Amino acid sequence: MSIKYTKDHEWVSAEGGAATVGITVHAQDALGDVVFVDLPEVGKSFAQGDVAGVVESVKAAADVFMPVSGEITEVNEALRADPSLANTDPMAGGWFFKVKLSDPAQLDALLDSASYDKFAAES
Amino acid sequence: MAASSASSDTPLLKTPLYDLHVELGARMVPFAGYSMPVQYPAGLMAEHRHARDAAGLFDISHMGQLRLVGPDAAAAFETLVPVDVIDLPAGKQRYGLLLNDEGGILDDLMFFNEGHGSIFVIVNGACKAADIAHIQQKIGARCEVQPLPEHALLALQGPQAAATLARLSPGIERFVFMTGGAVQIGGIPAFVTRSGYTGEDGFEISVAGKDAEALARLLLAQPEVKPVGLGARNSLRLEAGLCLYGNDIDTTTTPVEASLNWAIQKVRRTGGAREGGFPGAARVLAQLDAAIAGAAGHTDHHTLKRKRVGLVALERIPVRDGTVLQSFEGHDIGFVTSGLLGPTADRPIAMGYVATAFSEPGTRVQAIVRGKPVPMEVSTLPFVPTRYYRG
Repeated sequence: MSIKYTKDHEWVSAEGGAATVGITVHAQDALGDVVFVDLPEVGKSFAQGDVAGVVESVKAAADVFMPVSGEITEVNEALRADPSLANTDPMAGGWFFKVKLSDPAQLDALLDSASYDKFAAES
Repeated sequence: MAASSASSDTPLLKTPLYDLHVELGARMVPFAGYSMPVQYPAGLMAEHRHARDAAGLFDISHMGQLRLVGPDAAAAFETLVPVDVIDLPAGKQRYGLLLNDEGGILDDLMFFNEGHGSIFVIVNGACKAADIAHIQQKIGARCEVQPLPEHALLALQGPQAAATLARLSPGIERFVFMTGGAVQIGGIPAFVTRSGYTGEDGFEISVAGKDAEALARLLLAQPEVKPVGLGARNSLRLEAGLCLYGNDIDTTTTPVEASLNWAIQKVRRTGGAREGGFPGAARVLAQLDAAIAGAAGHTDHHTLKRKRVGLVALERIPVRDGTVLQSFEGHDIGFVTSGLLGPTADRPIAMGYVATAFSEPGTRVQAIVRGKPVPMEVSTLPFVPTRYYRG
């Protein structure tokens, strides 16, 4: 299992043909207290870069982009019920959705941990 | 995830508390031309709750402070606002609205009668240069317009604000809501009013810029006090039903459309002793007469087409400014001007403009959020009961 990152401040943890997606520590810090998430419908397919959901703090709303193409297989109902999980546990319990990958090769073009940290520090 | 960020090539101004904000770990953002703290490490929610539960310290030094001086100052200022300035007793503060010739709102402000022909005025930071130029041009020949750019402005807000300040300035608790005066706080000369922008009891404190940091440190050293950023200032004021200039009111809205009728005292209304006599009076008073007739059951949707209302979402989905409001038949009937999930209200709250026919509390409308309808109900304001100290 490997964790990759996007320049939209999302993480993708892929294993086999499936991946889990969430927002990064940097993202939740920039947003502040998350109060609402709009999660995609299970069974819906998105292309890479599509808007798949929304995450909102008291002060800002941000789109959640599809980091890789695929079909939504599961969404985090615990996060819907308690959006603050995105702040308190962004890399694990605060995951957003799971995807069945339609083009696993897209993962190769995403950032690794070191590259993302450098990008986040500069953004 | 993509967070938007504003950028500007104009160098940002700093308030006298800039270094303190940075020392406290604030996240600084551009606001009204200044680098201002949007939140401290505690975060918006915790800061909001602290101001509701204890006492929050705000730096609002970006706001404009000025003085109008001379025997004719009150009468002159009254020609710019639909407000009773002349009869405001010394030692009291009042809310006012600078209007343009169409009755549109140039700015909202607070003014205080210092006595001896001196009026102390606080205006919005983003408007202050234009306001001062406007006031100077319109009434500069009748009174002296004195900008006070060297003055900082702090606010201490919350149920423990008065007890905290009384410890440092014995007797300050004598002031009631919308009154104030010159005091010393821990030996620092300051001018306070018992007012604010949170719906809580509290004070706004004008102080010389050179004393601002010492005063802020003294207040922060009190056990009840924590710093609060502009993020929580916004959520606090929205819960209190207070307008944000630039969002909820601007030059395209009149005081009556903005449901600020209470700010137009009887003496300036139709039939009043000093009826009209302010910019846009014909339009504003016609709208006010229509609003009063409407309240009596004689609705005139032509003269007063829309009104600012409070709105509560019936699903737990924040509805933000710019969101279109529709009837359930799908017709556009208005839009949201401020909206967020109220930390104390614990539900999505908003303010916006709706067609007059949809302005009664309890009326259901739908907000179109990302293409999907979210049901909302027109609500009375404020969303959280205000706790002003009226003595």
